[in-house]
Formats: sequence, structure tokens, C-alpha cells
Amino acid sequence: MWSFSNIANNLHKWLSETFNPTMTLIIEMVLAGVAVIGLFAALGLVLVIMERKVSAWMQIRLGPNRVGPKGMLQSLADTLKLLVKEGLTPNGADKLLFNLAPFVAMIVAMLLMAPIAFAKDFQLWDLNIGVLYVSAISSIMVISILMAGWASNNKYSLMGAMRSGAQIVSYELSAGLSILAVVVMTGSLQVSDIIHSQADGWWIFKGHIPMVVAFITFIIAVTAETNRAPFDLAEAESELTAGFHTEYSGMKFALFFLAEYVNVFIVCAIGATLFLGGWMPFHIGNWTQFNHVMDYIPSSIWFFGKTFFLIFVIMWFRWTFPRLRIDQLLNLEWKYLLPISMINLLIVTAMAILKWHF
Amino acid sequence: MFEEVGTTTEGDIIINVGPQHPATHGVLHLVITLNGETIKKVEPHLGYIHRSIEKMCESLSYRQFIYVTSRMDYLSSHINNHACALCVEKGLQVEVPPRAQVIRVLMDELTRIASHELWWGAMAMDLGAFTPFFHAFRERESINDIMEETCGARLTMNYMVPGGVMQDLHPNFQKKVKEFMQLYKRKIHEYDELVTGNIIFQNRMKNVGYLSAEDAVSYGCSGPAARGSGVSCDIRKIYPYEIYDKLEFDEVLETGGDSFARYMVRIREMQQSIRIIEQLIDNIPEGDFQAKTKAVLKLPKGEFYTRVETARGELGVYIVSEGGTTPYRIKFRSPGFSNLSVLDHIARGSKLGDLVAMMGTLDLVIPDIDR
Amino acid sequence: MSNEELKVKITELLPAATFEEGGEWLTINIDPKDWLPLAQQFRNDDSLYFDYLFCLTCIDWKTHLTMVYHLSSVKHRHNIVIKSKLDRSNPEIETISHIWKTAEFHEREVYEMFGVNFLNHPDLRLLILPDGWEGRNPLRKDFEDTINMIKL
Repeated sequence: MWSFSNIANNLHKWLSETFNPTMTLIIEMVLAGVAVIGLFAALGLVLVIMERKVSAWMQIRLGPNRVGPKGMLQSLADTLKLLVKEGLTPNGADKLLFNLAPFVAMIVAMLLMAPIAFAKDFQLWDLNIGVLYVSAISSIMVISILMAGWASNNKYSLMGAMRSGAQIVSYELSAGLSILAVVVMTGSLQVSDIIHSQADGWWIFKGHIPMVVAFITFIIAVTAETNRAPFDLAEAESELTAGFHTEYSGMKFALFFLAEYVNVFIVCAIGATLFLGGWMPFHIGNWTQFNHVMDYIPSSIWFFGKTFFLIFVIMWFRWTFPRLRIDQLLNLEWKYLLPISMINLLIVTAMAILKWHF
Repeated sequence: MFEEVGTTTEGDIIINVGPQHPATHGVLHLVITLNGETIKKVEPHLGYIHRSIEKMCESLSYRQFIYVTSRMDYLSSHINNHACALCVEKGLQVEVPPRAQVIRVLMDELTRIASHELWWGAMAMDLGAFTPFFHAFRERESINDIMEETCGARLTMNYMVPGGVMQDLHPNFQKKVKEFMQLYKRKIHEYDELVTGNIIFQNRMKNVGYLSAEDAVSYGCSGPAARGSGVSCDIRKIYPYEIYDKLEFDEVLETGGDSFARYMVRIREMQQSIRIIEQLIDNIPEGDFQAKTKAVLKLPKGEFYTRVETARGELGVYIVSEGGTTPYRIKFRSPGFSNLSVLDHIARGSKLGDLVAMMGTLDLVIPDIDR
Repeated sequence: MSNEELKVKITELLPAATFEEGGEWLTINIDPKDWLPLAQQFRNDDSLYFDYLFCLTCIDWKTHLTMVYHLSSVKHRHNIVIKSKLDRSNPEIETISHIWKTAEFHEREVYEMFGVNFLNHPDLRLLILPDGWEGRNPLRKDFEDTINMIKL
């Protein structure tokens, strides 16, 4: 049957037959890099058009509908426009940091692609600390935002960056704790292990209410971590014009923009992997007929379906909720989410030890 | 003003909000002293859109100057025109036919709803919720269509003339207004679901920007900004003009004094306007829509002052006449100017994010402030 | 209070005040020097209690300036108009911005538009006109701006 893993294996076989092992490794690395960059660009285009269509649907509008069929090429046209725009560096800005920041943001987003299982046996790097790697690398994101805010020599940017710093550092805690709930249940940090542990049911169904709580905490925390509304204080446009990227223009702005969308994709992919079984199909107990039909759907479709569902949920948040204030944002984390997820983690641990889950 | 940009000696940051800023909805320039996120001082710098309408009116005839005033508070241009027409009529001692009076009140209330709709959407957008803006525009659009049919314009209608209205109602007017009210009643619950009942929204609005009743009066606040603090100041009730004394409607008062109270006043005021329209739409009397006036109007020597209730508060028109064909001096007491002056008072000590909410609930329209 | 009652009360407070006939509201003319103590009494006297200054403006009569204050009481629902003649070459009047806060902005507007100097005003700077504007007061009758002004 056609699948990503077959393609990857055949390619590997053909390369090993043609070249020596070192050359094979180098070519495979280059191919992986190109694939990630390609995916990065493709995701940016798809998610931007998706966001615009979703927002249009919620706002009783049509959305972009001029470029290409049903406006589907709009984001491509926008990218072209951004590419040919002048990238201004303001006077008095720290030029090195200012120009470096968008690239740091993009590199972080790319690094995060590595441990994600896009389909059955199709993963760039199935490292044994996969989940830890994701939490660690995603923290670097805040550095790029702080760099951008500080180097812009603009008070709006600085305030946006400071807000963002406080926000991401706080929300990482509850995101980490809710990820930990799954890790405790699975007993492994490796992404493939986590997915395989959900063969008989996804964690959100197997883990009773505590897992649902962990899932909800996770969604709230990652929405905050990716600076999406209602937690978009870093770029709160009615208060700080555009927050940390006020001074950016052209492609440098586009990189921040893309990184934001790719980050949304990654956190949703992680959420789908941890709680919704990654590429695992949906099975119901011993309904063999039903399970069989589900198995026929390719694993990549399962993965992308779940991920895009979560992305849709996060977009839904953005277009319905007003923005929080900075003190309310921190209150929500430190007074509600963190205690809840800590107690929840205790319950989950007890459940894992007593084998109360399905 | 540019040397003020920077930091103070105490290490506070000074930032410029405006003249071009997404939250000011116009060219308002606020110089804000910030200690971290906390506001220490808000200092408005005005004049970016000052056209000196008062000076302009001094060289315009009594028929002409009404049209300039549409450009003051462009969201309630009907009511501005109405105030000027009333003032001229007061000087001329012209009796307005009953049909014209009813039409004027109907138009005023439609304008009030349209203005509050726009405010509702824009304020939600200030708080970071984009969707309500489009939902508000759906209803506002149908009001604009009604205006377009009857007055020929959608924003600056220029429909009121001294002695009545410019032309008769469009034959479709009653049908369209009834359709609009059906639509409005069907959709009103969306407003509460989308914004009013939202927990984030309530947290952002409650106990923010507190304005006491004494301060509201002292700072000259009027309209929903003052009524949110429990100050009874609806000119339609206190000093009724046209046929407002014969209509049944309530003056909306909230006692909270915070942003949420001001928000609720406007939401409930829209329903009162609907109530007024409902009473009038089937009872438009037959007859003339304009009183007979001379081609060239001359006001007797003296001073004339009218007060009307616009969507933003009390608008006063003060005409000083020397007996000629043009006013000697005109003063427009605009509601926005006084409402803006309270911003510094209520914003001190709150967070930068709240400033936007406060500006939203004061409903500032910049051309109205600058005139 | 009706206009007649107000008239009696004000004659008690300030015998020097003269009354103007014909207006909708009671109109009194006072000397600029009497304004500040009178304003305080207007604001604090329980039977007057004018707490709402709804209009503050100035008129240029070419020979002199007239300050016009429109006061109202939210409690008693009565209105009054106070007028005060100022010298055109050196217009000066006491500020009332500490009594009615709204006057602070309105006085700044009158200051730049008519050049009236409000004594003891806390922050008498240009509000609407651009920084560096000097001398010429746009709403005075003799103001001519040959470049920007459109004569209609």
C-alpha cells in the first residue's frame, strides 16, 4: 500500500545501493532539510489561507476570493509581495540582533519539526527524549521575541517583548505539566512509544477525566505560548500597534508571521500526538468491522486531520474571544492553571500506579 | 511635542498613542506616561483634524452651515443637523409640521442605533475580539440602506433643513424599517452571547475606569458616559425637544460607574431606541414635511442655544446673531471634548490594556472632539 | 428655582450684577473680578448648586471680548448664563478649572482661540493648535490666514 514510510524506505534502499554510506547520510540529511523547508513554506501558505477563510466564515464574510480558485492562491501572492518589499532596519536599532531575531524564530520552528511523527513510521528523528526536546526547544522561541523587541529600539516593541517573555515563561509550566501527565501514563518520552501506547485507545479517552483536564490545560497553555488570541498580548494590536514586530517589514516580518503559524501547527501536532493518538486510527473496542474501515484510512490523513482539527479550535478561539489583560493573564496561569495541573498530575500519577486507566 | 518622547527623570516611559494608532480610531494623540504597564498620566494632544468649523460657519448662511456640522460627529450626523436646525428654528420662531417632527425623531433614533452598533463593534475590536465588528456592521448596513433611500447619502445625510426635512420619506421607508427591526430582534441575542456574557470581556470591563457621579458632572460628561455613573442627563427627558415628551421610553441609568456600566447603558439604549421607533413607525402623520420659510433666512439679533442628545451625549449649539444672514459667532459644545477630558482622571493607575477599554466606552469620535 | 427666584438670589449675592432680558435662561453680566467668588458660591450654595458647566466660550465683539459660561444644576434642573466683558488687548479672568474640572480643557481652547489669559490655570498650554503657534488667535474676528483659510 502507498504510504510515507514506504517511500522513505524505498528511497533509503535506492540511495544505499547507489552511494556509499557517508554519501547516503549526507544526501538524506539534505533531503530532510529541503523537505522541512518545503513543509515550512507549504504550512505557512495553507495555514494563512485557512485562517483567513475560517475568520471570514465566522465573520459572515467571504474572505479572499480573487487570486486563484476560490482565492486559494492569495497567501502565495502575499508572500510574493512580502518578498519584494524593502526590509527596513530602523535607525538606532541593534542591527545584528534585529536582523538575527526572525531567523532565530524560524530556526526554532524548524527544529521543532524533527520529532513529529507525520505518519506511520515516518519521522525525521525519533529521539528517545522526544517530548522533552520539544519543550526545551520551544522555550528558545522567547529569546527571538525578546531579541526582536529589544533590538527594535521602540517602546511598543520592548513592551510587547517583555509581556511575551513573562507570558511564555509562565505558560510553559502548565504546558509542561500537562505533557508530563501523558509521559507518566506512557512511561516514555519517545514520541513513537507514546503513539504506540495509544493503539487500543487515545489517552483522552483512556485516561478518564484527569486526562481531559490535562488536554484542556495543554490547549490553553499552548495557545498562550504561541501568542495567539486571546493571549496575543505580545502583539496586542489595539494597545501596542504590533508589539514586538512593530518595526519589521518585508520578508523579516514574514518570517515571524510564518514562524507563528508553524508553531501553531507544531503545538497542535504535539497535542494530537500526546492526547489524540497521533497517526493512530480511531478504534472502538471490539467493533472489528468498524475498526477495519478506520484502518483503511492512511495514517497521514489521521495525523493531519487531528492536527488541523486542533488548529481550527485555536483559530476559533482567536476569532471569538477578547484579549486578556496582562495581570489577568498571569493570574490565570499562576492562580488557576498551575495548581490545577499540579493536582491533576498527582491524580494521573496515582492512576498510573494503580492501573486505573483503560 | 517630539522632545517629550523618551523617559522621565523617575525612569517612567513616555509613549505616544496616536496620532496613528489602531486603538484611537482617528487622529487622537495621547502622550502617556507609563510606569511599567501602569498608567501615570494621559495627556491628549488635539488638533490633528481641527477644521475650525466654528470659524467656517461665520461666513456661511443659516441654510448652509447645517451641512458643515455633519462632519463633526460623523456617526450621528443627523442629530448634529437636527440640533442646528432646531437652533435656527428657535431664532426664526418657525413651527415645524408634525410629520417633519416624527420623521426627524425616527431618523435620530435610527442614527443612534447605527452609531451604537459601530461603537459596539469597534470597542470589541479594541479589546481584541474582531468578529463582533462584522456582526455589528450587518445591522448597521441595513440602517445605512434605509438612510440612503430616503436621504440619498449613507454617512453625512444632510437631511434636516430649517423648518423640517429636505424631502419626503421614500415609499419603502416603513417597510424597510420594519424589516430592520425584525432583523435586529432576531440577532440581538448574538450580542450578549458573543460579547456581554463573555467571562474575559466582563473581567476586562468590570471595576475598570471607575468614574463617580460627582466627577462625571464636574468633568462635564454627558450621554452614556455620565449615565453609566448614575447621573440623569438625557436631554430627551429633561429638556424634551420635538415630540420626545409624548413618547414612552426610559432613560437608561446604571450605577456601576465602571466601563461595564457604560457599556450596558449603550446596549440598553439601543433597545429604547427600538421602542421609540416602534411607537412612531405606524403613526407617521400626513401633511407637509417642511414649514414654509423664506429663501434667505435672517435670525433676529440675540443669542440662541439648543441642547440635544446625540449618541455620545449632549450637543449644544450656541448661535450669536447680529441680525444678518450669517451667524456672528457659533459655538458647538461637543460631547466628545468634555468626555475626553475625563480620560486622564479615570485612566490613572490602571494598565495600558485598560486604557483602550476606557477609550472604547467613552466612545470618542475624533472629529467631534476637534471640530 | 425659576428665573425670578434666581434673580432675587443673585441680587443678594452680588448686587453689582446686571441682568439681560430676552434669553431663554437667566443671563447676568458681571465684572471679571467678581467671577471667582461668585463661581464658588454658585457651586457650593445648596439652593443654587450649579454643578454642571455645560458650555464655556468666548465671543469677539471687535471692541471687547465676552466670556460666556453656561451653568446648569443636575439636582435642581435650573440653568444660568454668566457673561463677563474682557479687555480686548489684555484679556484676563480667573480660572474656574478647580471648581468645574471640565473648564480646564475648555479654558485651554479659549486661551488659544481667543488669547484669553486664565489666571492660576494649572496647565495653560496650547491644546489644539500646533506647538510653536504664537500670537494670532484664530477665532478672533481680525484673524486672517492667507494661505490656509478658505473664504466661503
